[in-house]
Amino acid sequence: MDLQALTYLIVGLSFALYIGIAYWSRASSTGDFYVAGKHVHPVANGMATAADWMSAASFISMAGIIAFIGYDGSVYLMGWTGGYVLLALLLAPYLRKFGKFTVPEFIGERYASNGARVVAVICLIVISFTYVAGQMRGVGIVFSRFLGVDIGIGLLVGMGVVFTYAVAGGMKGVTYTQVAQYCVLIFAYTVPAVFISLQVTGVALPQAAFGAEVVEGGGYLLTKLDQIVTDLGFAAYTDGTKSTVDVFFITLALMVGTAGLPHVLVRFFTVPKVRDARISAGYALLFIAILYTTAPAVGALARLNLTTTIQTGPVFEETANLAYEERPGWFRTWEETGLLAFEDKNDDGRIQYYNDANPEFAERASVHGWQGNELTVDRDIIVLANPEIASLPDWVVALVAAGGIAAALSTAAGLLLVISAAVSHDLLKGVFTRGISERRELLAGRISAAVAILLAGYLGYNPPGFVAEVVALAFGLAASSLFPVILLGILSVRVNKQGAIAGMLTGLAFTLGYILIFKGVFMPPLAENVAENWLFGISPEGIGAVGAMLNFAVTIAVSKMTPAPPEEIRELVERIRVPRS
Amino acid sequence: MSEPSTNGSGYWRDNMRLVGICLAVWFFVSFGCGILLVDFLNRIAIGGFQLGFWFAQQGSMVVFLVITFVYAARMTVLDRRHGVREDDEDGS
Repeated sequence: MDLQALTYLIVGLSFALYIGIAYWSRASSTGDFYVAGKHVHPVANGMATAADWMSAASFISMAGIIAFIGYDGSVYLMGWTGGYVLLALLLAPYLRKFGKFTVPEFIGERYASNGARVVAVICLIVISFTYVAGQMRGVGIVFSRFLGVDIGIGLLVGMGVVFTYAVAGGMKGVTYTQVAQYCVLIFAYTVPAVFISLQVTGVALPQAAFGAEVVEGGGYLLTKLDQIVTDLGFAAYTDGTKSTVDVFFITLALMVGTAGLPHVLVRFFTVPKVRDARISAGYALLFIAILYTTAPAVGALARLNLTTTIQTGPVFEETANLAYEERPGWFRTWEETGLLAFEDKNDDGRIQYYNDANPEFAERASVHGWQGNELTVDRDIIVLANPEIASLPDWVVALVAAGGIAAALSTAAGLLLVISAAVSHDLLKGVFTRGISERRELLAGRISAAVAILLAGYLGYNPPGFVAEVVALAFGLAASSLFPVILLGILSVRVNKQGAIAGMLTGLAFTLGYILIFKGVFMPPLAENVAENWLFGISPEGIGAVGAMLNFAVTIAVSKMTPAPPEEIRELVERIRVPRS
Repeated sequence: MSEPSTNGSGYWRDNMRLVGICLAVWFFVSFGCGILLVDFLNRIAIGGFQLGFWFAQQGSMVVFLVITFVYAARMTVLDRRHGVREDDEDGS
């Protein structure tokens, strides 16, 4: 069976599995639809959270991003895992004790205000739609790369599958599908990683191979990598180029943003008990860390592999650069997809891969007849081409395709569900048509999920701006709008609705404004996105942390100037703080 | 049995103390060892790793895991000590 057919078979089987699970666990009540009836085992919830959390970007792009930026990539590793500590310690147990269905519902009841609830719904919808657009795009891209179909068709197939299990199964269907998707994606990620670790270092465990000696020529992997990349004019792998203040704030924004993402928070409403919510956050972190500690190892191993494939000997020695005619098979395969591109600038038939943006090195290189970097590498190739570089059998390549699709679909489904719950439960049931029956609310939930899928598909096909930047926006907004008011609502009995509304709006407006100035999502940017123009040297990726601090300050200050909330609120806060009362 | 709110506030104080310790560790390994002290720690090599780099790309995540599991375990003890454990009521 050829690779194409095998990929269709494995991806098709995974889809059949998801739809089968969704049929078996279809929702019959609003409790099932919003929070899976609160019957999810903490370990299962941990897996579902991990799949919900790890998107196409985590699966396909993260190792590649780290491979090309080295130490600077730590912001994603620490930022996207450290948020779970905040979740487990500060939010998850209390939201579970609150025991209702949605995040805006908590904000609405804690602040005794429909206004606060509506503002929270607006924040949630902006965050989730910016995030889901990136996921749908990811689904389309995975389909087109592995199955050779048009991005639009890939998108339609992905929408169809998500539609089937999210609309029918609701949270219950999505939860158990995500458990299956986690198993597919983690297997698909770790198998090639183990093989490439063995190949380069002789150590099977990627986390250990990361610090081991390489088989060929000896020396530690990271020491050798630092040497090779600096010889070619790149920054040392273990050193960053970002400023310390920027690394600090980006990490903080990603951590706080993670803890404020509604589709992650709502997963902790689905477990039976408060202590299940605490331990479940631990399991989620464990399942995420399996991939997140593997990714930087894969990044370093693949960067070394790629660089030494091109630069086979000492720099500037004439025969040390790979002759284009002798390029390996995987190189040819990925050239066809456009992820690798070679342009022979000095017509010597050999590939020169170096940092020509480094003026000092570029000048030295020109003496040796190098007329610019000749190889363009898409960062996604690090994960996608791994199985071929490691000469793994075809079924592993097919599995990586299924894993990438699983990662994208699971995240998209989780996001679509929180959007639909915010519309049917918070806006319709909670604010505008209060007397609605459970049957009609369930129907409204299904209809809004369907509409959200159509809209997400449209956004995926016509993405507003560059997808990666859009995802940065989602984190910044989650950090600066939702996280502070949820946390203060638990830690303080004094903060009130005036404070919360003012805080959320300030955080949202500040962060959105700052990102739009530099990124210009719907318009041309107003200022050049360079460090000299940034506030305190903080890039738009890290500004959510400042937005969150502003939100905290405004919420507390405005609450102090306005009357204390009513007595019932004090009782509510005291009730959610203890597991049994 | 004592009044739920006083019971709750002693419980809450103990909980917040534990949260404070856990978050101090959380901050130290990530923002401390992984970011602010990274250049200093990078002078120390353990096997093939520079220590600061290891904290940033491996160690902080391992410690995060330990923190969440330790917190969950300690809280289960606190729940019982303060008589607010869930199953003690519904018997499940």
